[in-house]
Amino acid sequence: MGIAIPFRREEENMIQIVRHALAAALVTVFCATSATVVDASEADARREERWQLIADYLFDDREILPTDTLIRIEAPKRAQDAALVPITLTMPEKDKIKSVYLVIDDNPAPLAAHVTFGPAADPGTLHLRVRIDTYTNVHAIAETKDGKLYSTVAFVKASGGCSAPSGPSDAEAMKGMGDMRMKFAKDIQQEKPSEATLMIRHPNFNGMQMNQLTRLYTPPRYIDKVTVSYGDQDVLDIVGDISLSTNPALGFGFIPRGEGPMKVVASDTKGGRWEQTFDVPSVTQ
Amino acid sequence: MVGFGMSGFELTGASSIRQSVGKARFTRREALSLGFCLCCLPATGLAAQAFALKDFGNGLFIREAPHEEATATNKGAIANIGFIVGRDSVLVIDPGGSAADGRWLHSEIRKRTSKPIRRVVMTHVHPDHCFGAAAFAGEQPEFIGHHALRPALDARGTYYHQRLAEVLGQENAGSLVYPTREIDDVAEIDLGDRLVRITAHRIAHTDCDLSMLDTSTGTLFPADLLFVGRIPSLDGSLPGWLAEAERLVKLGAARAVPGHGPAMVEFEPAMAIQRRYLTALQDETRAAIAEGIPIDEASRTVAASAAEGWALSEDYHSRNVIQAYKELEWE
Repeated sequence: MGIAIPFRREEENMIQIVRHALAAALVTVFCATSATVVDASEADARREERWQLIADYLFDDREILPTDTLIRIEAPKRAQDAALVPITLTMPEKDKIKSVYLVIDDNPAPLAAHVTFGPAADPGTLHLRVRIDTYTNVHAIAETKDGKLYSTVAFVKASGGCSAPSGPSDAEAMKGMGDMRMKFAKDIQQEKPSEATLMIRHPNFNGMQMNQLTRLYTPPRYIDKVTVSYGDQDVLDIVGDISLSTNPALGFGFIPRGEGPMKVVASDTKGGRWEQTFDVPSVTQ
Repeated sequence: MVGFGMSGFELTGASSIRQSVGKARFTRREALSLGFCLCCLPATGLAAQAFALKDFGNGLFIREAPHEEATATNKGAIANIGFIVGRDSVLVIDPGGSAADGRWLHSEIRKRTSKPIRRVVMTHVHPDHCFGAAAFAGEQPEFIGHHALRPALDARGTYYHQRLAEVLGQENAGSLVYPTREIDDVAEIDLGDRLVRITAHRIAHTDCDLSMLDTSTGTLFPADLLFVGRIPSLDGSLPGWLAEAERLVKLGAARAVPGHGPAMVEFEPAMAIQRRYLTALQDETRAAIAEGIPIDEASRTVAASAAEGWALSEDYHSRNVIQAYKELEWE
């Protein structure tokens, strides 16, 4: 990777931190075994060490408690498509939840998404699609309304998800950039939590995809912010990063109140900004 | 081909390679990142080609490949490849899945004829079909590809090469070769005593599929537009693939050389079996999307019975559902 990638400063720092940590861990591993097999417990130790670095970076000194009840993560043990790994987060005690973080520990920029729920949200379930670069822990962290952090983890086997191209060609992948769709569940009832899926056409180039002709990495350009509002209330506020899949899709819950359309504003790292409104199918009382 | 595995170096195929190589690959990559010398690691030996060429007469030779993923043992020789010896020259249709595979095919041709190799047809971008092309560069043939092959190689070539090199080693992976003759629609090529007709398809298995009809023997080369035995792998467009398959059937060819499967099959019955799978995949994926079933649940449930009985279905079927879903959800 000889080409400088114009990552934002915090990502640059993050990558450096992670690289140093990884290199240090690897040196340890190779010195210890001098063999070609990484001992499983040492690999676990390396993963734990890496997670501690990431957690310190993202959350400073805030304590993160393990949980089986506040947030759960559903991910395939082995990814079918490393460039599109579906992840489902469930938050059974949804009224306590302020926001959730999805962290793919061994991706070059581990934070995949941070989703903050507004008053019109139903924070019970989130469906995301991410790229996963290698065998890695995936952490889901719930931030409760009283400001505490709780985490759960899943291990996913995947390979090459970040450098996998966004489409048949870069030009093809750019087609229709910013187009959006919103799919609503059937039979929407007043005040009864309902699900919707937001789909955005966007290549989400992550800076790790190389063009053979130019031998240059396609410059990163990805959706970094999405807000969803319903009437005059917020539903979701999403901060995305390089790990969201091409044509990002997000399944979420909301509380139908029959007040105005749902509005989506999305922006990317190259100044692209797209706005679209969707009529929520008639809400029955 | 299909997924990244043998036939399909697809994007996702990567996980399959990972599967076949396991921990050894992990450490190799780590070693590289630390500048370790790889010469101390076990070399991938140049084992003899396990697969023989089949002679179908009239100068037509096909190498039938097993339903496997690319490994150091098979050297990426996982797709059906072959050549036609015409009166004046030789045409290669798919140069093989790696430099090692291409070198093997080249030597097999030279055991049989000294005629010049004037054409090398690269049926699509997947490495199991086209990564052997560099082994023919010394012959200075026309490298024939779909007009969309070049941009596809630009976008994916590096990625494929890295993945393949991880499995086979740099020396066997093969370097990328661009088409020197691009097919926009249909082209006829005269081998002296026979015409072959090459068709550039709309997006189907991939976005750069070629097929070829050898008019003198009535043999169709659908390449990866037809899988037999091995589960088809979707890397283009599902409705597109079904449409292009119908177009091929209208040619009325009696026999065909599938991209994966037996070296020669009766064409229509084989295509009918593939159509059943692809149609079930399309219908059930559309139904899942209409019902609001999320992509992860769909990947576990859609068309599961249609996938039964195909080789490598555990590696590729769920992936096909994901490919189909992400295409059809935008309909």
